[in-house]
Amino acid sequence: MSITYLEAIREAQARALAEDPRVFIYGQDVGAFGGAFKATKKLAQEFPGRVVDAPISEDAILGAAIGAAIEGMRPIVEMQFADFSTVAFNQIVNQAATLHWRTQVPCPITVRLPSGGTSGSGPFHSQSMEAIYAHYPGLIVLTPATVDDAYSMLLEAVAIDDPVIFCEHKYLYYHLKAERLPTEAMPVGKARIAREGRDLTIVAYSAMVHEALEVAEELNGEGTQVEVVDLRSVKPLDTDTVMASVARTGRLLCVGEAFPWGGVTAEVVARVASEGFDLLDAPPQRLNAKDTPIPYHPTLWAAHRPTARSIAVAARNLLRR
Amino acid sequence: MNAMAQTIESTWQGVILQDGPAEEVSSTREQHLKAFRWMLLGRILDEKFASLYRGGKIHGGVFIGRGQEALSVSIGQLLRKGDIFAPLIRDLAGRLAFGEPILEAVRNYLGSALGPMRARDGNVHRGRPKQGLLPMISHLGAMISVVNGMLIGRRFKGQLGAVGATCIGDGGTSTGAFHEALNQAAVEKLPLVLVVANNEYAYSTPTSRQFACRSLLDKAVGYGVESHGVDGTDLAACLKVMAKAVQRARQGFGPQMVVARLLRLCGHGEHDDASYIDPKLKQSPLGRDCIKVAEDYLLRQNWADSAVINGLRAEAVQKVEDAVATVQREPGPDPYKEDWCALASRHLSDGTV
Repeated sequence: MSITYLEAIREAQARALAEDPRVFIYGQDVGAFGGAFKATKKLAQEFPGRVVDAPISEDAILGAAIGAAIEGMRPIVEMQFADFSTVAFNQIVNQAATLHWRTQVPCPITVRLPSGGTSGSGPFHSQSMEAIYAHYPGLIVLTPATVDDAYSMLLEAVAIDDPVIFCEHKYLYYHLKAERLPTEAMPVGKARIAREGRDLTIVAYSAMVHEALEVAEELNGEGTQVEVVDLRSVKPLDTDTVMASVARTGRLLCVGEAFPWGGVTAEVVARVASEGFDLLDAPPQRLNAKDTPIPYHPTLWAAHRPTARSIAVAARNLLRR
Repeated sequence: MNAMAQTIESTWQGVILQDGPAEEVSSTREQHLKAFRWMLLGRILDEKFASLYRGGKIHGGVFIGRGQEALSVSIGQLLRKGDIFAPLIRDLAGRLAFGEPILEAVRNYLGSALGPMRARDGNVHRGRPKQGLLPMISHLGAMISVVNGMLIGRRFKGQLGAVGATCIGDGGTSTGAFHEALNQAAVEKLPLVLVVANNEYAYSTPTSRQFACRSLLDKAVGYGVESHGVDGTDLAACLKVMAKAVQRARQGFGPQMVVARLLRLCGHGEHDDASYIDPKLKQSPLGRDCIKVAEDYLLRQNWADSAVINGLRAEAVQKVEDAVATVQREPGPDPYKEDWCALASRHLSDGTV
């Protein structure tokens, strides 16, 4: 038996619905249809009345989730694409993220964002929104890179008493498979050493973890040992694990699929530079997508975002310094 | 719960039991007198806030409900304990009638650490969600879907019978959030009462630059929502129309939209001299002062004489002065003792502070 990243997300929601009567799912086409990506396949049939189709109204979807959370419910919202969450931006960053701080009433909502690029998806179905949301106080931002994390972190997200932005990568939906669902999990907030190495640290998250692992394998053939850190959660950011890795390797390359200005990679580099400058043998580097909207055509798209090929170039350059 | 929170909680409950919506109003006379009392208290407290603002005693803005008290009090008073209320900036009278203690309002305006928002937010941005009173964010239309969500949450929990009400102005009806949320409420057939105060201006923008439909009531038709128009300067009319809207919502006829015509008898905030308001509107029936209209009505009906009304006014002044005197002795927030954590799950706080 094998299970995909997407199926793990479906199974986590099924388990949350089964175990917690406060959980319901709200989003466009999530009901009988089972969601645009089938992440809620057959859940409406299994849990009648608790997997609810919404009008195409992202703002109102989020607002309603917040209201239900005030009443003690645990809504899971599916944004059809992460890109569309900009329509709900106000409710997420101004209402949900501030509620507990203003009123001491928690806002336990999980917002699932089908994120990141896939071939042919273009500017409005490919975005990575984690940095935007991580910028705001009051939000937790998760970026699972593995089937295990997709499952266990989604379950944990539903249990967390704060709004969680759950960035699930669409490219991993079908590409990534595991033998079975995990029975134990690392807690949210801890980064994972995805591969050990002593010469260079590549910090990545979400789909970029797999590109980084490919580079580590390639460079291993050249006698270089790359350590890959999977952040898992970008907020909170596990600076300790990153710093410990840089202490071992002395070199840092941080890779993200999002746009280059600011963002997660800039945050990681800033923290390492300010708190661990002495640990570095070379200037810390970062690699991101290009500073343009995300192109439609596969050849342009492949050049727009970091890939194993461009990461390997950056890694070799850094090793030579 | 700490002692302070308990005190505030019991104050809140106490006020609800004494004056609030749980009490059945036994006659039309009592209903009007009660509403008039809240209108007076709202007006006098608003005037006090304006005066404290001019004296430099209030940080941030002051937004008062002058001219809108009849409409506001009607919805606040007709809701019951257990209902949900998300007022907007000109709803002091409605808040008081719904059961918000006067101390909560004063504490929030004066930045008392004992206030409902503990000085983290001020002025009109106050509430207690667990008691059904939502603290508005500044983005117009954004509270409607939150009320929808609370009603959906109640439905999931099997708690039926509550009504959710929220207020907005003519300007707010232009927002995407308004459209999305009213449509959502209609699709979900929620017991929502949406009170629209068409006061002719959104800040300085006249309604001619705000919408092109004949009446805001027309908007309800497009959503499949029942609507009710009312003269917002007339308390008796407001109480009557609002009672019908609240009842229809409670009986399961879905969302109800009430549109009141009135004129804002003040600036957008106390910083605004409202010089843009057309003098002709001020002279028109829309420019009537709803408190004067209500007072005349009470006298005409022989429900009160001038001695009673003077007594109510004196009582309101005393309550306001007492509340302000109390709060002025309370401590402000202490940045060194402030808990600078935005999360309920403290262990997940990012270690950047």
